[in-house]
Amino acid sequence: MAIYLVKRLFAALIIMLLVVFFTFVIFFQLSPDPAASICGQTCTPERIEAIRDQLGLNEPFFTQFFTFLAAIFVGRDYGSGASVVHCNAPCIGYSFQTNQDVLQGIVDRLPVSVTIAVGAAVLWLLSGVAAGVISAVKEGTWWDKGAMMFALAGISLPNYFVALVLQYLLVVQLQWLPFPTVVPFTDSPVQWFQAYLMPWMVLALMYASMYARLTRTNVIDTMGENFMRTARAKGLGRSAVLIRHGLRPSLTPIVTLLGVDFATLLGGALITETVFGLNGVGRYAYDAIAVNDQPVIMGVTLVAAFAVIIANIVVDLLYRVLDPRVRVSTS
Amino acid sequence: MSAHPSRPASDAPVLSVRDLRIEFPLGIVVDGSSFDIARGQTMGLVGESGSGKSMTSLAIMGLLPKEATTTGSARFHGDELLHRSDASMRRTRGDQIAMIFQDPLSSLNPYYTVGFQIAEAYRAHKGGTKAAAMRKAAEAMDRVRIPDAAGRVGHYPHQFSGGMRQRVMIAMALVCEPDLIIGDEPTTALDVTVQAQILDLLAEVQEMTQAAMLFITHDLAVVSQISDHVTVMRFGQTVEQGTAEQIFSNPGNDYTKALLAATPRLDDVVDLPEPILTKGGR
Repeated sequence: MAIYLVKRLFAALIIMLLVVFFTFVIFFQLSPDPAASICGQTCTPERIEAIRDQLGLNEPFFTQFFTFLAAIFVGRDYGSGASVVHCNAPCIGYSFQTNQDVLQGIVDRLPVSVTIAVGAAVLWLLSGVAAGVISAVKEGTWWDKGAMMFALAGISLPNYFVALVLQYLLVVQLQWLPFPTVVPFTDSPVQWFQAYLMPWMVLALMYASMYARLTRTNVIDTMGENFMRTARAKGLGRSAVLIRHGLRPSLTPIVTLLGVDFATLLGGALITETVFGLNGVGRYAYDAIAVNDQPVIMGVTLVAAFAVIIANIVVDLLYRVLDPRVRVSTS
Repeated sequence: MSAHPSRPASDAPVLSVRDLRIEFPLGIVVDGSSFDIARGQTMGLVGESGSGKSMTSLAIMGLLPKEATTTGSARFHGDELLHRSDASMRRTRGDQIAMIFQDPLSSLNPYYTVGFQIAEAYRAHKGGTKAAAMRKAAEAMDRVRIPDAAGRVGHYPHQFSGGMRQRVMIAMALVCEPDLIIGDEPTTALDVTVQAQILDLLAEVQEMTQAAMLFITHDLAVVSQISDHVTVMRFGQTVEQGTAEQIFSNPGNDYTKALLAATPRLDDVVDLPEPILTKGGR
């Protein structure tokens, strides 16, 4: 078990390194000159050159890359003398446009993204799995066909469209919800809930649709397994056969998906956060993209990748608890 | 051994099937099957795949797919089994009639320990605490000669060998002490030496419990070892029926002869009839 974990963490480290490398290449080497975008409108070639010096952009590629890597562990100083800017470890970049440590910027906005992700995950897991199981049990009925049509629509409709329709319906037309304004939970739980309800619904619709389809397929497949026949031959009741023997094998793969989907959302629900004016990690990235603030874009990419990698390890560990076959074969 | 007080006199057959006919929307799969099985006796139901032997067993268990329609009768201790409600069939299934399936690996749920799966069958009918049912499971595993049964109740199906898995299935079938055991090709998926062990075990179990047994197989060599009576089926119809001795020493039907000829024997003789080619390449 310990050996397995060490192996996984080592593999994760290598993947992380590769991710850092490729993001670094894409954002610092292939993108427009970051010095130019920092420099702004009143720019002179001398000033660009000074900024390039300060950012270390005149160094050879690998020196830049290792400086970047080292900064994660020991922090980094940009420039020298009076204009020095210090970025504490772990430093994944510094935004000269917002004059902020990128990691700090992400950490500040993470609670919003976590709130969105948790709420949406609860909603989509409950509704998606329930709809999928009912569809499988009632395979071929009107319920099944209707639910699957709805799910197809849920997957196909773009997020921003659903978000705008929902806002129009619930806020403008029916006036069931006030225009969402984000307040801390402790100030007004009701208002807090109202602000997050629509983002949750928008994200949950898309994911629930995918989960419903997957759950339905898994349950139908499991129903055809020989052990289900054995369970019936034992004289178990319908619900015991379905719940005890049918759902456990059907839902275990859902765990894998949930871990990765949830982690992806921690890296920000870019569109949803932007449409609903929530200042989460996604919105941070969106704003950075608009002004070509490369350290921020790159930082968010790295953190998102990190979240997915960690989630994968957690899911694999969880799988060993959930599936006895995995537990034995890898220990 | 048995705890069923309402059992009629021992002469009456445990299972009595009369003119059983099973029809699917696409055609008839069993057409007029009739046989009796008495206490402690084994009926071998033989035929190639598609002959309707498994459908016969599923009809007795009440496990046929919804689209199947059945006529005729199948009486268990005099009570009709066909057309009963699922709830009422459920009380009989696994308790008084138990079934052993072909492929023990896929027939056991990979997510639960074998002890749990056996105990579950026990609790479904006899109730009691989980711990008591687990002890029953260990007892049943011990009875089918699984070494260190008490220690292995907590193991998962994939941790057993094929033969041991089938022993687990047999333990599951035995745990409620049924009066009728249906084996649907229970030795087919096993290799030959294990097959012989399982057949010996089944014979021994039957000796011990005096349960009636319906043994379904396509393998005449297996039938010859275990059956008292034999029914040969083909395309849903019974082509021949008799005691095992009659069938093996003096087959009356050409198809039976062909089946026998297809069985490799050590004392093979030269002038057996040519095998009959089957219809439609089945």
